[in-house]
Amino acid sequence: MRIFFPILFTMAFVSALIYEAEAASFHVRKGTPLHTIKKAIALAGDSDTVFVHEGTYLETQLLIRKPLSLIGVNRPIIDAQHGDEILIVEAGNVLIRGFRLQNIGVSHLKDRAAIRIVESREVIIDDNILNNTFFGIYLQNSFQCTVRNNTVRGEAYDEMNAGNAIHIWKGRQMEVINNHLSHHRDGIYFEFVDQSLIRGNTSQDNMRYGLHFMFSNYDTYQENTFQRNGAGVAVMFSKHIKMVKNTFEENWGGSSYGILLKEISDGFMSQNTFKSNTVGVYAEGASRIKIENNNFIDNGKAMDIKGNCIDNQILSNNFIGNTFEVLTNSSSNLNHFEGNYWAQYSGYDLDKDGIGDFPHRPVNLFALITDKIPAANMLLYSFLVNALDMAERMFPEIIPENLSDERPRIKPLNHD
Amino acid sequence: MIKIDHLYKNFGRHQVLNDISLHFEKNQAIALIGPNGSGKSTLIKTILGLVLPQQGEITFDGISIAGQSHYRKEIGYMPQMSRFPANMTVSQLFSMMKSLRKNETRRDLDLYRAFDIDQMGSKRLEILSGGMKQKVSAALAFLFDPKVLVLDEPTAGLDPIANEILKNKLQQSLAKERLILISSHILNDLDDITTHVSYLMEGEVKFFKPLEQLKTETAESRLNRIIAQVLKQQNSHD
Amino acid sequence: MINITKFIINDLIKNWILLLYTALLLLATLGFFLLEGQGDKAILGVLNLTLLLVPMITVIFSTIYYYNMYEFLILLMAQPLRRRSILGSLFLGLVVSFGLAILAGLGLPLWLLHPGGVSLVLIVVALLLTFIFIGLALFVAVWLKDKARGMGMALFLWVYFVLIFDGLVLLMMYNFSDYPIGKIVLFITFLNPVDLGRIMVLMQTEAAALMGYSGAVFRQFFSEWRGMLASLLIMLAWSLCPAWLSLRMFRVKDL
Repeated sequence: MRIFFPILFTMAFVSALIYEAEAASFHVRKGTPLHTIKKAIALAGDSDTVFVHEGTYLETQLLIRKPLSLIGVNRPIIDAQHGDEILIVEAGNVLIRGFRLQNIGVSHLKDRAAIRIVESREVIIDDNILNNTFFGIYLQNSFQCTVRNNTVRGEAYDEMNAGNAIHIWKGRQMEVINNHLSHHRDGIYFEFVDQSLIRGNTSQDNMRYGLHFMFSNYDTYQENTFQRNGAGVAVMFSKHIKMVKNTFEENWGGSSYGILLKEISDGFMSQNTFKSNTVGVYAEGASRIKIENNNFIDNGKAMDIKGNCIDNQILSNNFIGNTFEVLTNSSSNLNHFEGNYWAQYSGYDLDKDGIGDFPHRPVNLFALITDKIPAANMLLYSFLVNALDMAERMFPEIIPENLSDERPRIKPLNHD
Repeated sequence: MIKIDHLYKNFGRHQVLNDISLHFEKNQAIALIGPNGSGKSTLIKTILGLVLPQQGEITFDGISIAGQSHYRKEIGYMPQMSRFPANMTVSQLFSMMKSLRKNETRRDLDLYRAFDIDQMGSKRLEILSGGMKQKVSAALAFLFDPKVLVLDEPTAGLDPIANEILKNKLQQSLAKERLILISSHILNDLDDITTHVSYLMEGEVKFFKPLEQLKTETAESRLNRIIAQVLKQQNSHD
Repeated sequence: MINITKFIINDLIKNWILLLYTALLLLATLGFFLLEGQGDKAILGVLNLTLLLVPMITVIFSTIYYYNMYEFLILLMAQPLRRRSILGSLFLGLVVSFGLAILAGLGLPLWLLHPGGVSLVLIVVALLLTFIFIGLALFVAVWLKDKARGMGMALFLWVYFVLIFDGLVLLMMYNFSDYPIGKIVLFITFLNPVDLGRIMVLMQTEAAALMGYSGAVFRQFFSEWRGMLASLLIMLAWSLCPAWLSLRMFRVKDL
């Protein structure tokens, strides 16, 4: 795969050079004979460039069926006036850059999107602003496409009437980079998308998930920020996912998670920050995932690991300021905790090796109680609960005895 | 002045006052005597409105005291035991008392001067000895020049000199148409000023007679002997 | 009434236990902020301390104070004063003195170190708990003439509100966990001012979301201003009811 990419790029570059030689330019401008984009697309030949100049164009269903560059100059606006989709790409090697696309009507029959890419390769969607477009950028059954530097902002007010900002259904080697996605149903939606990269995006204030990720394998997402989404981030039914340097924060709400890991295996999570979430990491049926060098800060529950999670390794993370550190619903534990820093650790380090002299049990009895009886939350921080918890940690009766970090760190690790 | 009419009081099963009827008038110094637990303190507290009787009535100058507080203007009370707020001084106590009864201008500062209360004015009430506290209590009882003086075991903690001062003061008061009510179980202390004796036992008034009459009846002069005689006579009657 | 109140306040503010209590609150509050930093954690520490210490010291001290003042109360009662105003003065004196202790020991440092809504609510809750436990102390002391029994009862009340009540609630929730008990639990919290106070403060912190986890009823109630107002009124009722009952009892009490 690593070799595959450069070769591909070189080929693309060479082919672009060849086309460049014979490419023609068209200028769409208000008040000139060529004043609609539709006409320009029709006139343009393969690999030509259409420049669209400043102004508001009331056009929909612009079908692109040939390799073409569609470039906005001074950010022209294409307004669908609450109607149908705007750009539909059904060809490879298409570039769409510099537009503002807006006002697509909500439809319950069809997932209308501002830009739809159908069964195409090497399409680049760059530097566009999408506003109130139901779905934003919708890629189906496409490969090697890049979506970058776009701002996609919805006006969703409930889940039923909202679309996703970037929606990819079936694809490979996609890149979603540096986009800003907000106020949709899901910020980024991945289903059956393999070997792809999601990097540097900000996904916030979406109704459901910041990132909704299913049946997709060998993907990487890194350096993204997921903030204040209704339910946080969900990564489900997937294998070999790398999750690095992302920030998951302020996902507060009844059933909101920093990240939900469901039925996923062989993943790698490192250097992520989980801050101020109801639950930092919620894992159900997750196995062989390495969770390493992450920061869990000020969450309600830092980790909720269900009993069906097996062989996960939780190493060298910082747990600071969380109400509850680890929660589980099983009295046995098949995961490995080691070398983490736990702010609630009350031990000492007499031999000064930086490792606490006795193990830390991060599971709080009260957390287990509230998990079973949510109403018991009203007793949070009461004297009774504090006393019960202290007793239970000393003489474990209900909490899984072997869920413990044998080598808890005395000082937090610096992960930067 | 004070009329007690068929007074009953029980604390649970324990009958403390059992059909007590007494009538006190001015110019009387009544010695309320009886063994411990005979009901003298309860009777005094009932007169002061501290204990509420189950049955019967007490009138003060013809007006029932039930639910009243105003009549207590005319009563100076010296309790058996005194404890004051620890951190206040003697002079603060007196000025508070005066401020509580601002409208009353009558003052009797004889005891206040005789006991030299001014001199201990800056002392904290906590550090006063028992005798000094009694002096403060006595001075407070007389402070507003009341028509009735109620003293509960007044001589218990007083030194002989103070005792003498108090007795003289009581004698003087008696001459000024006052009513004095003294409860005590130490009998001979009260001989000099007593005009009437009321003997309580097990919540009942065994007798209530002028001292002179008792003296002639028993041919004794000392109070405790008189009482012994009377009790003996009564027992032989039974 | 004002005169006796002033006199009692004067006596109390020179009381070394009250001064020690103020100093302890002050030191502990400062300590939490030094150790835990600025955030919610320090507030939670102060909250825990407040919920434990304030009721305990207040109820025990006030009970003892009543018994120590008993003879003095009798002396006052022998004056031409109404009983109501005498016990009322004692209550007011305790309320003002302990209120000042809370403001100086807890309010001042909290407001300087962490000004804002949560501190305000915490201070108000601490004050209300103080009033409530003074009321309860007077109720116990007027009710029980015997000092030892009164002290025992005061201690029991403290343990009850801080520990036993919560234990019973937890047991109840365990047994009825299959039923929708969200609303009932809400009403149950009204029965314990310590719980109510704790939740009022917690609702101002990040822990609110965790509490909300337990059901919409709870969160909805406490996060709305009307819920907050209702909680305040309930706390006020809690501070007035025992005091009012003790006044009623005192009116017909044999002393």
